[in-house]
Amino acid sequence: MALELELVSPVDVVKKFVLSVQEYMALAAQSVANFFRRPLYMGDMLQQADLIGFGSLPIVVLTGLSVGALLALNSASTLQRFGGITLIGQLVSLGMVTELGPLITGLMVAGRNASGMASELGSMIVTEQIDAMRALGTDPSKKLVTPRVGATAFMLFFLTIIADLLGLVGGWAVAHLLFGLDTNQYWTSAWETLVFRDVFSGLIKPVMFGFIISTVGCYYGMSTTGGTQGVGRSTTQAVVASSVLILITDFFVTKLIFAIFGVR
Amino acid sequence: MSTPALPIDQRAAATGDRSGYAMEFENVCIAFDEKVVLDGISFRLNHGETKAVFGVAGSGKSVMLKLAIGLMRPDSGRITVLGQEVTSETEQELFKLRSRVGIVFQESALFDSLKVWENVSFRLMEEKIPFDEIERRVRESLRFVELERTYDMFPSELSGGMRRRVAIARAIISQPEVLLYDSPTGGLDPVTSNTIIELIMKQRDVYKTSALLVTHRLQDAFTMASHEFDAKKNEMISIPKGQRGQVPLSFLILKDGKVIFDGDAHELAASRDEYIREYIS
Repeated sequence: MALELELVSPVDVVKKFVLSVQEYMALAAQSVANFFRRPLYMGDMLQQADLIGFGSLPIVVLTGLSVGALLALNSASTLQRFGGITLIGQLVSLGMVTELGPLITGLMVAGRNASGMASELGSMIVTEQIDAMRALGTDPSKKLVTPRVGATAFMLFFLTIIADLLGLVGGWAVAHLLFGLDTNQYWTSAWETLVFRDVFSGLIKPVMFGFIISTVGCYYGMSTTGGTQGVGRSTTQAVVASSVLILITDFFVTKLIFAIFGVR
Repeated sequence: MSTPALPIDQRAAATGDRSGYAMEFENVCIAFDEKVVLDGISFRLNHGETKAVFGVAGSGKSVMLKLAIGLMRPDSGRITVLGQEVTSETEQELFKLRSRVGIVFQESALFDSLKVWENVSFRLMEEKIPFDEIERRVRESLRFVELERTYDMFPSELSGGMRRRVAIARAIISQPEVLLYDSPTGGLDPVTSNTIIELIMKQRDVYKTSALLVTHRLQDAFTMASHEFDAKKNEMISIPKGQRGQVPLSFLILKDGKVIFDGDAHELAASRDEYIREYIS
């Protein structure tokens, strides 16, 4: 079979990209506007909160504990060399609350739920279920997208708090059991090092990441074309795009917080 | 259904429809990328009439149904359904019109995650109708398609034919004035196909619903032209040969994006067009 190479014009690629961004922005804006329009599907939102929140709990617990423990383990040997092992609580606390907690939780939930949303909505597109919903007089954006956006942003906030706490627990386990640090000393330094800007930074990020995960997942799901193969493609793209967007957003939000509150 | 459908002329008056047609396509064009699918098609569907739409695969039959209900927008032309211009209305405005139109999709398009009763009652639940009323109407609809026993089942537990019948139950639960059937018998065995055609005929003859019936099977349309539904016997009966012209059924044939035939069974049989002769032979 002869291999046929199709040349794609760079202008077309740019046009396609701009169109995708435009469509994504429209979906994201619509999903927020729907919170102020009736009907608000609270039942669907609770169902999604259960699926996204409680469903993601095991991976968040595991990754939170592991990341906290690893952070403590990797920094402890260096801190011990300079006689600063007592600072381990501060280091784990700051690292988890401001950066790693939101980021790791966001990436984990993106892997689990952005793919889930893209595949579920994509399957509904290719089997005409979305068309059927519109034909039955229901707006899929209200019924499917908005509950997912609300539930993900809301649940990611709490999942991040859980991950932060478990990260601190993991750090304490390593500091206390492996390096013999006093429990009281660890928790006191971990607690006292945190200031408003750290907590604010750590809690605003998950809400933004939740919004990114759900809108990107829904966008790729709702724009699926090309049958079951297209569903697979959308699923992969949703995970990649949401993960990249989370990392980029994290950088800019951190910069913004530095600009507002000043560098620590 | 317990509430009898209004006679055709009263329905039109009640809905404020002055156009006199249940549906009207005027010079409708649509293309995907470079491929022109519908190239200036025009036709009218009278109230109470069923129009069987034929054409080879990819001729735009399903697209036509989606255009009729506003699920797609034409590149040009005008579509009017029940006196309302579909082409100029926003998605939000179309939701109201869609409550008066039912559609049966090619692959049923039942919601996988919902049980049969939830699928059938979807529209009613959205309208916040009391649960007792919903249950009564769901059972009535399922009884109409003779599938009351599937009430608590999931779509995945049903056969292809049963899924189509549930899709019909879902489409008719709100007693729509227009029904759109997208290949309702496609891929089904002859016995199941006949059951579905009988249901469509029942809807046409008992409730006088206007319908567009997209199909590949010419025999389905001929069955509909030569039979009528007897509500007393609850079965379709053959119409004596001399009276067959009175059945409200017409034919529309698409070729290369254009309408090449629009008329009744007699006109179809009398057509001298080579393509049509080949198609119906």
